[in-house]
Amino acid sequence: MTVFVIISLRDLFASIILMGVYGLFSASFFALMDAVDVALTEAAVGIAVSILLLLSTLSFTGRAEKKSRQKPFLALIIVFFTGALLVYGTFDLPPFGSATSPAHQHVASYYINESYGETGVANLVSSVLASYRGFDTLGELVVIFTAGVGVISLLSTSQKALKTNGTTNKLVAPMTTHHILRIVSKMLIPFIMLYALYVQFHSDFGPGGGFQAGAIFASALILYTLMFGLQATLAITSQSWLKFFAALGVLLFAGTGIISMLQQHNYLNYNVLASDPIQGQHLGILLVELGVGITVTAVLFQLFISFTGYMLNIRRPA
Amino acid sequence: MNVAESFNYWAVMILMMSGLYILIAQGNLVKKVIGLTIFQTSVFILYISMANITGASAPVISEASSQTNLLFSNPLPHVMILTAIVVGISTTALALSLIIRIKRAYDTIEEDEIHDMDAQ
Repeated sequence: MTVFVIISLRDLFASIILMGVYGLFSASFFALMDAVDVALTEAAVGIAVSILLLLSTLSFTGRAEKKSRQKPFLALIIVFFTGALLVYGTFDLPPFGSATSPAHQHVASYYINESYGETGVANLVSSVLASYRGFDTLGELVVIFTAGVGVISLLSTSQKALKTNGTTNKLVAPMTTHHILRIVSKMLIPFIMLYALYVQFHSDFGPGGGFQAGAIFASALILYTLMFGLQATLAITSQSWLKFFAALGVLLFAGTGIISMLQQHNYLNYNVLASDPIQGQHLGILLVELGVGITVTAVLFQLFISFTGYMLNIRRPA
Repeated sequence: MNVAESFNYWAVMILMMSGLYILIAQGNLVKKVIGLTIFQTSVFILYISMANITGASAPVISEASSQTNLLFSNPLPHVMILTAIVVGISTTALALSLIIRIKRAYDTIEEDEIHDMDAQ
């Protein structure tokens, strides 16, 4: 299995590429397990974005891993002991695929039976995510936003330094000589963006939603940056705009909740957003998913820009 | 205990323990982040396995499914894992940016070397 090779490999570059393979396997597994929304997200995040971030870290830290001095026996003992306990725990779990296991008895059956009538949204994952579990999702969105803020404060580079520094640096657009890659990705990028928008706005009826669309859109932007360089990307967008959009998404989500509060209902109760409750739910879910999509796109892209920008700034000859 | 009934759970445990082993035994910080990601994904797989019902379909209601009264997989774990994946990448990015700062400050990302430097 891939994971054991990752453990044994000393070359970090190879193990990161294997991480991509592992991500692809798990995405296919999620699709096989009927979790189509999760598979979409894992495909965009686990294969594309996380590998790129790991690789850009590696370009700074070096790919060779030193042989560690401590003996791994103690770790092995701990791992086997914990593993044995966990496997012992699985004997009490309900058999895989059973329809009567406790996980399906509580609120899940309510969502499956009632949510279509209450929200009119065919994709149950979307309606649970944005409407029934709106508080959780808002919390997760704030976590993503906070992580983005943390990375920006750790790896901040000024806009000016980035712009003046790119022209002579070969690292900025490493793909300028690869014509096939450039042209193919130039053709693909608009379609990836269009697909992201489809995933965003079609989430009422099919698999999709703000998280997936954000990840796909961000990977299209990252592909553009990889092909044409940071300079070209910063010509069409800027870090302050990205920060603005990251905050705007969270505000859109939170503001939707406040609108329903102003009409003397519970926070994030979308029923009151329109005269008809179902229309209100539709509108609320649309707005909230849009907020999620905007923030996820902005934060993921900002992460990438922070990483590459910081690296470039360090390598700049003084 | 039928093997097929809990094969998924055991595979998850193996993955989880591999991630834990990397976290404990490897000194390289980037490798530790990789281990953490493996651990994280194994938890995702555990949740998604639990949501699955044999013979059920993806939780999207359509005309055909409302007529035939199909079984659906549990949508709730899907929602949790969906958000957890994106939160996971953000926290991984935070960890990686800390690693970059550590490399800048200590000029190494091997744990034992950092400890030696701190001891001096």
